[in-house]
Amino acid sequence: MKLTRIAIATVAIATTLSLTACGSDNNSGSSAAPTGAGASGSLKASGSSAQKNAMADWINSFQTANPGATIDYQANGSGAGVQDFNNSQTDFAGSDSPLKPEEATAAATRCSGNNAIDIPMVGGAIALAYNIDGVDSLVLDPKTAAAIFTGAITKWNDPAIAALNSGVTLPNATIATFHRSDSSGTTDNFTKWLIATTPSTYTLAGGKDWVAPGGQGAKGSDGVASSIATTKNSIGYVELSFVQTQKLKAAKIDNGGGAVEATSDAAAKTIAAATVSGTGNDLSLTIDRTVKDGASYPIVLVTYEITCEKGLAAAQSALVKSFLTFTASDEAQSALSSAGYVPITGDLLTKVRAAVAAIS
Amino acid sequence: MNQGLSDPRSSISGSAVRRGDQIFRLITVGSGILILALMTSIGIFLTWKAIPSFSHNSSNFFTESKWFPDQSTPIFGIAALAFGTFVAALIAMILAVPTGIGTALFITYYAPKKIAGAMAFFIDLLAAVPSIIFGLWGLQFLMPHMQGVAAWLDRYLGFIPIFQNRSDLYTKSLLIAGVVLAIMILPTISAISREVFNQVPRNHVEAALALGATRWEMVRMAVLPFGRPGIISASMLGLGRALGETIAVALILSAVFEVNIHISEPGGNTFAANIALKWNEAGPNGLSALIASGLVLFLITLAVNSIARGIIARRKDFSGA
Repeated sequence: MKLTRIAIATVAIATTLSLTACGSDNNSGSSAAPTGAGASGSLKASGSSAQKNAMADWINSFQTANPGATIDYQANGSGAGVQDFNNSQTDFAGSDSPLKPEEATAAATRCSGNNAIDIPMVGGAIALAYNIDGVDSLVLDPKTAAAIFTGAITKWNDPAIAALNSGVTLPNATIATFHRSDSSGTTDNFTKWLIATTPSTYTLAGGKDWVAPGGQGAKGSDGVASSIATTKNSIGYVELSFVQTQKLKAAKIDNGGGAVEATSDAAAKTIAAATVSGTGNDLSLTIDRTVKDGASYPIVLVTYEITCEKGLAAAQSALVKSFLTFTASDEAQSALSSAGYVPITGDLLTKVRAAVAAIS
Repeated sequence: MNQGLSDPRSSISGSAVRRGDQIFRLITVGSGILILALMTSIGIFLTWKAIPSFSHNSSNFFTESKWFPDQSTPIFGIAALAFGTFVAALIAMILAVPTGIGTALFITYYAPKKIAGAMAFFIDLLAAVPSIIFGLWGLQFLMPHMQGVAAWLDRYLGFIPIFQNRSDLYTKSLLIAGVVLAIMILPTISAISREVFNQVPRNHVEAALALGATRWEMVRMAVLPFGRPGIISASMLGLGRALGETIAVALILSAVFEVNIHISEPGGNTFAANIALKWNEAGPNGLSALIASGLVLFLITLAVNSIARGIIARRKDFSGA
């Protein structure tokens, strides 16, 4: 299923690119195999594992359309990605968080005195996946979610959960909570949501490492998802795509304006409404995780591509620009939702394209 | 002791030293020095990289059980890691050493020749299974099936604190990790013990049998005393693997940073698993702290092996080896 979809997307993208590359002067462009069209050269990149699958799909499409280009993305983690970039080992970095001030200073040196910019490119939704026999619909608000994950609520039929789920029969069973045992941007963004929405219940520190006591850790989103799938009466936070692949159910989240289902579209609304806190073409975002419009899914994450606005070697700069132009295209962004990610949309996407266009 | 005799080299060949001898000597000495140099440089590297984290730790490295080295006020320590590493390895040893020796004895002295050959082959094959496979198998297959065992231990032996389970969750525990580790180190222990048992002098065995010993008595009097140093070194090699096993443990354990003696409850963490889980996203201080924990593991392994060497050296005189 997925392969066919990717194949179709690839052919579609290849055709479009070959059309734009050839212009109107010669062949009609009906052939899907452009010869030597577009960009060439090789790029190295590394960083966030959250965007690994998106990158893999995009690189595949891009290389098919531009046989002369080779792009290598190593998903070695955001921290390592930024470090590789600042040490001039890569041409761009993928990261779950924008550059910190001290990283930005090092990046400016790497970009021969120019600014490095954060470009939001891949969005994600974090789902609260659960496995309870006979419960097909579950609504949670920030307060109960925080209480469940910190161990303040231990039974599924707790009055606080029951109050949000009238009509649903919840079992008198101990809740098994799962969190990430490895350091992860998913944990970071999930705790950011708890801290933003219910600071009085979730009083712990945020960050990439899970700090709340109790619960069970599992390695990677796949580890958490498969643990939930094999453990009755369990709940855990995973990226949305793993809910689909493991056939789990995801809780609806009620931030105060009504329950919202965890879907790519609902998450895209939250991301599109983010305000840009960076200056100029640096698009580091501030996300409003307390959104209460009843249509936006609030637990989201955004991963950035980080590169030099100016100051990369000319050939590398051209290829980075060409690749990021492709990833910001409608085709590439719409391919994201089918891979379980969340596309960048609206005004924000326009800003992303402007930032990419400014790379030189 | 042989000083009294004339130098054998000069008596055999006229010339003092042959070129081949020199080269060979150079190679062997070089290899020996290389190993020492490698060990030293690993030690120096770990210490060098670990030092920065110590000055940034707001807690005691040896008694703190939390591990948050990248917070604005870093707090990290190895108490929980050391405890988990020790307990998981101990469970593995308790299960694997008797089983390993038993299998080795069965193959060498009890099983018919045909079956013995096949069994030896399969046990060696077990050693060739990559550890990630053991991890996945432990996580997907063993864990669901171990819950009944853990629940039974809790119900009937729950008065002993280590078997008590205060939650009703029996997954992702040190007990399961220990069982998987036991299976992983079983081939090491079994294969080395088997080699040693095979070398028991035939005449010891035959003498025991001729004196009217039963097979068990023969094993007890002739085989086990002879094989003891071998059993110890086999166990220590197994222990080394259990202490350092990374990915299988990282997949199975819940990776909680607390010292919990209730081994069937979710929790536990080990040095190696923690390094594997935290390395990718660690900040500068986090990396340094992880290397510091690696240094501790390095020293523990070194100590374990030295103790094993010591025991073997002391027992050698009695074993007839």
